[in-house]
Amino acid sequence: MTCLPARTDKKLGLAIDLDTCVGCNACVTACKGWNDQGYGAPLSDQEPYGAHPSGTFLNRVHSYQVAPDQGAAQVVSFPRSCLHCDNAPCVTVCPTGASYKRSEDGIVLVNEDICIGCGLCAWACPYGAREMDQAAGVMKKCTLCVDRIYNEALPEEDRVPACVRTCPTGARHFGDFADPGSKVSQLAARRGGYDLMPDMGTKPTNKYLPPRPKDRLDTAPLTPLLDIRATGFAGWLDRMLEKF
Amino acid sequence: MHPAPSVIVFTVLSGLGFGFLAFLGAAFVQPAGWTAFLLWGLGYALAVGGLLASTFHLGNPQRAWRAMSQWRTSWLSREGVMAIATLLMLAPVALSDWLGLGWSRLPGVIGAIMALVTVFTTSMIYAQLKTVPRWNHWVTPAMFLCFALAGGAILALPRWPALALVVVMGLALVLSWSIGDRRFAEVGQTMGKATGLDRIGKPSIFDPAHTAGNYLLHEMIHIVGRKHVARLRVLALIFAVVLPALALALLPGAVLPRAVAAVAYLIGAFAARWLFFAQAEHVVGLYYGKR
Ligand code: SF4
Ligand code: SF4
Ligand code: SF4
Repeated sequence: MTCLPARTDKKLGLAIDLDTCVGCNACVTACKGWNDQGYGAPLSDQEPYGAHPSGTFLNRVHSYQVAPDQGAAQVVSFPRSCLHCDNAPCVTVCPTGASYKRSEDGIVLVNEDICIGCGLCAWACPYGAREMDQAAGVMKKCTLCVDRIYNEALPEEDRVPACVRTCPTGARHFGDFADPGSKVSQLAARRGGYDLMPDMGTKPTNKYLPPRPKDRLDTAPLTPLLDIRATGFAGWLDRMLEKF
Repeated sequence: MHPAPSVIVFTVLSGLGFGFLAFLGAAFVQPAGWTAFLLWGLGYALAVGGLLASTFHLGNPQRAWRAMSQWRTSWLSREGVMAIATLLMLAPVALSDWLGLGWSRLPGVIGAIMALVTVFTTSMIYAQLKTVPRWNHWVTPAMFLCFALAGGAILALPRWPALALVVVMGLALVLSWSIGDRRFAEVGQTMGKATGLDRIGKPSIFDPAHTAGNYLLHEMIHIVGRKHVARLRVLALIFAVVLPALALALLPGAVLPRAVAAVAYLIGAFAARWLFFAQAEHVVGLYYGKR
């Protein structure tokens, strides 16, 4: 049923650190690589080697220039994947029951065997987290790598989402937001983790950690050099040269 | 939003069909014999044709029957259930009119109300979406219901009441445009809120997330047609409102004014519905700096 669970035992999700993300797109590639061959229909590409290549991705990295009121602008890389919302509108609009939110851990998934590919769930998601697979005609979305995180065939350190495991700067953190002592809850609390478009009422589980304020130099680094007063022979030379 | 022909045909034809069936069910016209067969047949053909058209945009149409199952939360599911239930409820009345069986008209009256509820559920598929501010307003169901009633009236009612409903529909259409044009700004979502980066400054696109197209850009960020908006709005008003009103007021006979008015209405309704989709802006466009 597409009714949302009244509560979920865990709230598994990601804390994404916009301060450390360098926009390398490793998570995009790792996500595509893992989900190409595991859970459900492989993420298809259309015309991959043609003139107009396109394809299905569950995670994309945007890049923004942010201009503060004063001072120089800064570049922020911004990964965007499903936020596993508590109040997920993509689930309730689904006419078939293909979209559902798990009561045990809060992960939002699509049952691809009954999805009719109507696209309404993608319309209902404010974050563009769902993409229709053009080859299979079913809706794809981030699974929070449900086939890794509980997978006892994998070594323990690999039982995290592919994007988290691969991130070279450690900008993506995986954990249980229902547990206030978990690493992700602590991080979110300490760093002011925030929700995207909170007015949409979706109550996202994933939290974004804002970029830390940049250090600002009071004076340009070479300014002191202009002020050096030469003494001795160099001072005499300086004074002599100024006369010409 | 991408103005897919299948959804435009679906909403226009099934809206007209259920509007017409409502008037037939409520006995505003009481045809008999083969006339009844033709008129009820037309109503059913429009309604069913529209529903079938809607399956053309599905990725897996062979599973369409599953869409009936989630009526507790999903307006799309409710629409499917209501549409089928309405068609079944009206069937005995249609049969009785055609074969002169003289059965009770009560299912017809109930079916007429159900037909209008069906149109309402169709409109709610769009009006429920907070992500598309233009649609997320009571004016969307009002506009859909007015189109269904006016279209049905052109086919079923005497000329003056039909003309009145066409004029009301025109007002609803203009109202939906003037409210709709303000909605995105009213809802107040910005790139800053979408990314949360308004905390540290004013964001703009530095580099696109991907240089190729994708489903999101194709489905939810439709920019091409907007330059034609003003012209299409005028065309929609001329065809959906002015021409049907003139035809109903001036043309002689019983069939001719209806036929001319109905054809003009359909052209106008297609134009208006194309605009309904093409002009609707989804908040996901904010991530791409496009609307
Ligand atoms: S981010 Fe979008 S797809 Fe994911 S749960 Fe929230 S509304 Fe649904
Ligand atoms: S595309 Fe599939 S998962 Fe999404 S609403 Fe339609 S049936 Fe449900
Ligand atoms: S959790 Fe898994 S499916 Fe989701 S974005 Fe990361 S790699 Fe992709």
